[in-house]
Amino acid sequence: MNSFRWRKIKSGIATSLAALCVLLAVAPLFMIFFYTLFQGISALNLDFFTQMPKPVGETGGGMANALVGSGILVGLGSLFGLPIGILAGIYLAEYGDNPFGSIVRFLTDVLSGVPSIVVGVVAYIIVVLPMKHFSALAGGVALGILMIPTVTRTSEEMIRLVPHYYREAGLALGIPQWKTTLRIILPTAMKGIATGILLAIARAAGETAPLLFTALGNRFWSTSIGQPIASLTVFIYDYAKSPFEDWIRQAWAAAFVLIAMIFLLNLIFRIVTRGRYAER
Amino acid sequence: MPNADVARATTSVTLKAMPSIREEHILTTISDPKIITRGVNAYFGKIHALKGISLDIYSHRVVAIIGPSGCGKSTFLRCLNRMHEVAGGTMKGEIILDDENIMKYDPVQLRRRVGMVFQKPNPFPTMSIFDNVAAGLRLNGTRDKKTVAEAVEQSLRRAALWDEVKDLLQNSGVSLSGGQQQRLCIARALAVNPEVILMDEPASALDPISTAKIEELIFELKSKYTIAIVTHNMQQAARVSDFTAFFYLGQLIEFGKTKSLFTTPQERQTEDYITGRFG
Amino acid sequence: MDIPAKLDNGRSGSEVATAPPRTPPKKRGTFRGNVGDFVFKHLTLLFAVMVFSLVFLMAYEMYSGSRLSIEKFGLSFITNTTWDPVQDEFGALPFIFGTVVSSMLALIIAVPLSVGVAMFLSEIAPIWLSRPVSYLVELLAAIPSIVYGLWGIFVMVPWIRTSLEPFLSKTLGFIPLFRGAPYGFGMLAAGFILAIMILPIITSISRDVLKAIPNLQREAALALGATKWETTRIILSSARSGIFGATLLGLGRAVGETMAVTMVIGNRPVISASLFDPGHSMASVIANEFTEATSDMYVSSLIEIALVLFFVTMVLNALARIIVWSVTRKYNVAK
Repeated sequence: MNSFRWRKIKSGIATSLAALCVLLAVAPLFMIFFYTLFQGISALNLDFFTQMPKPVGETGGGMANALVGSGILVGLGSLFGLPIGILAGIYLAEYGDNPFGSIVRFLTDVLSGVPSIVVGVVAYIIVVLPMKHFSALAGGVALGILMIPTVTRTSEEMIRLVPHYYREAGLALGIPQWKTTLRIILPTAMKGIATGILLAIARAAGETAPLLFTALGNRFWSTSIGQPIASLTVFIYDYAKSPFEDWIRQAWAAAFVLIAMIFLLNLIFRIVTRGRYAER
Repeated sequence: MPNADVARATTSVTLKAMPSIREEHILTTISDPKIITRGVNAYFGKIHALKGISLDIYSHRVVAIIGPSGCGKSTFLRCLNRMHEVAGGTMKGEIILDDENIMKYDPVQLRRRVGMVFQKPNPFPTMSIFDNVAAGLRLNGTRDKKTVAEAVEQSLRRAALWDEVKDLLQNSGVSLSGGQQQRLCIARALAVNPEVILMDEPASALDPISTAKIEELIFELKSKYTIAIVTHNMQQAARVSDFTAFFYLGQLIEFGKTKSLFTTPQERQTEDYITGRFG
Repeated sequence: MDIPAKLDNGRSGSEVATAPPRTPPKKRGTFRGNVGDFVFKHLTLLFAVMVFSLVFLMAYEMYSGSRLSIEKFGLSFITNTTWDPVQDEFGALPFIFGTVVSSMLALIIAVPLSVGVAMFLSEIAPIWLSRPVSYLVELLAAIPSIVYGLWGIFVMVPWIRTSLEPFLSKTLGFIPLFRGAPYGFGMLAAGFILAIMILPIITSISRDVLKAIPNLQREAALALGATKWETTRIILSSARSGIFGATLLGLGRAVGETMAVTMVIGNRPVISASLFDPGHSMASVIANEFTEATSDMYVSSLIEIALVLFFVTMVLNALARIIVWSVTRKYNVAK
């Protein structure tokens, strides 16, 4: 066969294989999403959002406490992780062009790779052990630690993106540097930082492992920070392992709610950042 | 040399021929020096950007600083309000504002007395027009609403922008046109009640009509403030300033009354630059 | 070039209106601004230090929490295969084995796919196609581990049990890897689900690395008459180390994955040659047994496993970032 034709054919095969890879890669996304959708939607009803879980063995009930619990846990995590992340990000952007800043950046990247279960173990040691029992606080601390790397990095990047002439204008008006940063630069960067926060929240809301032995779980209604608290993710885990049909249905419903919310947050992030920042 | 004579004559003719020259606005007498600079040397690390600049900026006059790109004009301007050090530069020599050495003065306070308008209009994007003008006042502690509102109106009037925006004060600062944004920035600088206004190529990013408006504004501002303007546009310098300084490669080549400098420059380099032989 | 002290005879012109009188400015500026700057800088520094110390704090806490088992078992912890809570005898080898095998399997499946996708996105697809496809791949990364696990239990495992494992048994059953009863839950399932989960990160980093290679190289190859595939091969080999870094990052993620793995791997601390058999991983044993751990030694051993996980992922991550960073930097500088 003509060598050139053979090379051309090879090229075509390679392209087809690459396209095949894409199909294989993207297929699970659709499979998982639609399967969760179908299973979840059929089990979703008003009870799910408003009812408490029924005692073991009984059918029906809902996950009201888990929905609230997840909200509280993510809220606690934000309370803990957002200030640390944003302020550290400000430091890195404003004063961080030095060896210490580089080390912090590096460690932040490393921190983002720590498995969430390990973070859960740490939260257990530093919160659950001293308190001598499981609590929403411990879960919040774990989630907060998980949020810090994302928020820090986003804050730094967004502040750096603010054009330097705004800072110059502020300084030239006789405004001290710290006020210029806080009252002019930071508000300008805030939109971008908020989207980073959204992403961090989406990730935290989907976490299960670190909650297993910090917040533990609670079949009853509890909003107390010092007590174990229910969460959507841990409920899915418990129900999925169980032998009860009804519970498994509810697990799918919860899973659907979870990914619907996460995809929504992701979509918002995409829409907001698409206009402002050029795609990489 | 015949070429020089022809060039000079051309310059004179050119200057006279420009319709927007307001000869009666150009002042030729000197007043008390507002800022005195002696032997100013500025550095960016190893780079020696300004070499021994000594000139006086007279009160209630407009000084234009001209010269080819990279000659140090902006650097000099930024030394006057200590913005040079914000960009990482260092400086030697004396700059005296009203008998005070500015290096011994708190930079934050200094910049309230010596304001700056930049080349690219930069109203704060998250603030309304009103908030933009008020920014300098509010962020420095002035809280009284009445004081702030009055200052905003007065500054916008002085910047010849009030009539255009008085009903739009809550709109975003960046919703205005380029020329209006620049006048907004001028109003913002005026609101903190400076004594000196430094302008770094304020009209170079604007269209001709806006440029003309800004130049008009400079005439009006002169009565209340002292102005130093950097421009790469010689005609603008001739139109607008009372005194002109010509910089080249970090050195002050010539400084004098605008009229004289443009019609009878003393230095060869000045003449070459004005007649377009380089730069 | 000093200017003459006087330009004209006489001074201040009467043509000038005097400015409205001003209150004389303070002689020396107050240092209010300086105090504010100092406080602000050090406040933000404090939080940066907090982030800095977080990593060390974590390591320290886990170390002190696992002191009991470290002192008792020493190095045998990672070589011993006995995991006996009743006798307080703990050896982590089964879990290390499980983590290694499931991660390796995941890499074997995911890396070729990821590189293929990255290649497609960077070299082949037109912009109108590559944007949405990239987005879809990133969405895969947004799915929480627990949902993967749920889907794994009820969709993937049955499929493996009823279709894949019988098929492999029939065709490749002579290899020890594929011997045994088709149980569904086990190493194979864990490897598969991990593969899906790490695919997005390997793809996106590989795609970034490929995109960082300047177009000049592609143009040079095409100008020499190379076909699309031949050009791509050249680019791929330039990107080799970057793709390796992406693989390390994916490995780091696979090693730390907990929920999806624990739901499909079978949770039996056994070391077996067959992929069909159930197993356990470091992350999944912690998830499973932490709340059941009764004795101090038990808890300490679990914390020690967490500590090992921590170091392993940290090293993998650090290595990966250094490699990827140096590759993209090389091209940014060269540009």
